[in-house]
Amino acid sequence: MIEVESLTVRFAGVTPIDAVNVVFPGGTCGLIGPNGAGKTTFFNVLSGFVRPAEGSIKAFGENLLSMADYKRARWGLRRTFQTEMAIEKLSVYDNVAMIHEHSGATRASRRSDVLAAIDFVGLETSPKARVGGLGARERRLVEVARAVVGSPRVVLLDEPAARLPDEETTQLGEVIHRIPDRFGALVILVDHDMSLVSACCETTAVLDFGKLIASGPTAEVLRNEHVVRAYLGTEDTL
Amino acid sequence: MIRGASIAVFLLIALFALPRLFGSDWITTFTSVAIYAIVAAGLGILYGRVGMISLGQIALLGIGTWTATRLDYATGMPFPLLLLATGAITCVIGVLIGLPALRLSGLFLALITLMAAGAVTVVLTTIDFPNGGGGFTGHAAFVDLSGLKPVERPGIAMADTPYYRYVVVIAALMFLLGLLHVASKPGRAWAAIRESEPAALAAGVNIIRYKLWAFALASFMTGVAGCLLAAQIGTPKAFGFQTQDSITLFATALIGGVFSLWGAVIAGVFYQLVPFLFQAQWGLDVNFLYILFGIGILQVLLTAPGGIVQQFPKDMANLARLIVGLFRKVTRGGSPQ
Repeated sequence: MIEVESLTVRFAGVTPIDAVNVVFPGGTCGLIGPNGAGKTTFFNVLSGFVRPAEGSIKAFGENLLSMADYKRARWGLRRTFQTEMAIEKLSVYDNVAMIHEHSGATRASRRSDVLAAIDFVGLETSPKARVGGLGARERRLVEVARAVVGSPRVVLLDEPAARLPDEETTQLGEVIHRIPDRFGALVILVDHDMSLVSACCETTAVLDFGKLIASGPTAEVLRNEHVVRAYLGTEDTL
Repeated sequence: MIRGASIAVFLLIALFALPRLFGSDWITTFTSVAIYAIVAAGLGILYGRVGMISLGQIALLGIGTWTATRLDYATGMPFPLLLLATGAITCVIGVLIGLPALRLSGLFLALITLMAAGAVTVVLTTIDFPNGGGGFTGHAAFVDLSGLKPVERPGIAMADTPYYRYVVVIAALMFLLGLLHVASKPGRAWAAIRESEPAALAAGVNIIRYKLWAFALASFMTGVAGCLLAAQIGTPKAFGFQTQDSITLFATALIGGVFSLWGAVIAGVFYQLVPFLFQAQWGLDVNFLYILFGIGILQVLLTAPGGIVQQFPKDMANLARLIVGLFRKVTRGGSPQ
């Protein structure tokens, strides 16, 4: 469970996150909102790239904000980025092993853990293949494998299905949906694809201009009139 | 398999065939090629693996050479120990130079290291060690090189050819050291940093630590190369380590190919053997080389980021395809219409 209390982020003159209180109970949680709503900024706060002006974040009872950024991976935080960032020069195996090496997991379990993660996401290519030679879907799967290896506790996925065709998005969604049961991690999924979010996420939170406008079971949230208006961009004119 | 075999064949040729085929002035040049290949390999780790541009590697080599000379005069320790001690001291100095540079990247890191190189050149020229004087600085008011003894080579490799073989073996060991790093945890962390620093950070990579590690490794290798150079030339001279040489080395490293250790060997060839060919063999002005290097850099920037080591096999494959194509045309009767 992640509890966010009165979280505020300020950059010179803008407030991308404004006094947000929200709880991510567990399982797969959606985080949606129009462009500029503060979703990626929220991930950056969790990763330690951005220091909030106010507020606290407790993840499984621990104060996440007091941890140094690079130590959060060892604690169990994983994330992917909007632009896919699998390491081109390394093989699929090395890409995943690299995360395992910095996760605090034992060396003895490395090979089996890495192969299990690659197998979990359903990559058919050889683990020895260079990531630079793979297609968009396979690279995204490598990223997900990187995000689940080495006992993750929180997995942040930032638009993992961006620019993938519908069918591949559905497959990716199935993989994402299985992460909490298999690895015991809490997943937060940011995406603009509402069918992906409703297929994967039991609960969803909605940000708009840095403010939380709804949170709860996904189906209810997506019917919420504030959410519908925010997405259509008509709240002001109505 | 193929990789191991080609390395073995290359080493056998370098160790046994070359000394038989070439005269003594060539062997001295090949020794320098091997020494500068180590420096280029260090640069390859900094830029090719981590993405940090250092324009101060020749200055660092100068520091290594001077450290080795100073240590040899002071202690007369056995040569293998001198290699290790020089590597360790240069490693510390390299890390100290790298420390403030870690907050900077790209152009600014390049500038800082270039300025450090300039400072080293000034210091070396000013202290003018060794010029025949006594004491720690070895400085005399009046230069008298008559009593100056050269840095002693290892007992098993006093003559030029055995020393050449000795240097090739040490260079191979340094390459192996680099290879072991690249193929294991630090190499993967470096690859992550090169791809994207935020992503590496999110993956739990302690970026400062791994950048310093790369600086330490490259500096150690460069220090060892400096020690080898000290024993090759006997008494170091400051004009052998000019600031612009660091830039030239960076250029040859790019031309050779900065992502591969073979590229470092080619860089050594371009930096030492080609000038030797130009000047001593063909009697050409060495300044023509700068034009050649300029063209080489353009080629790397525009079409061949992997340098010669990646481009040459591709070009050869294209050439082979062209020849096979022509051959087919001819055998079909020579009348395509």
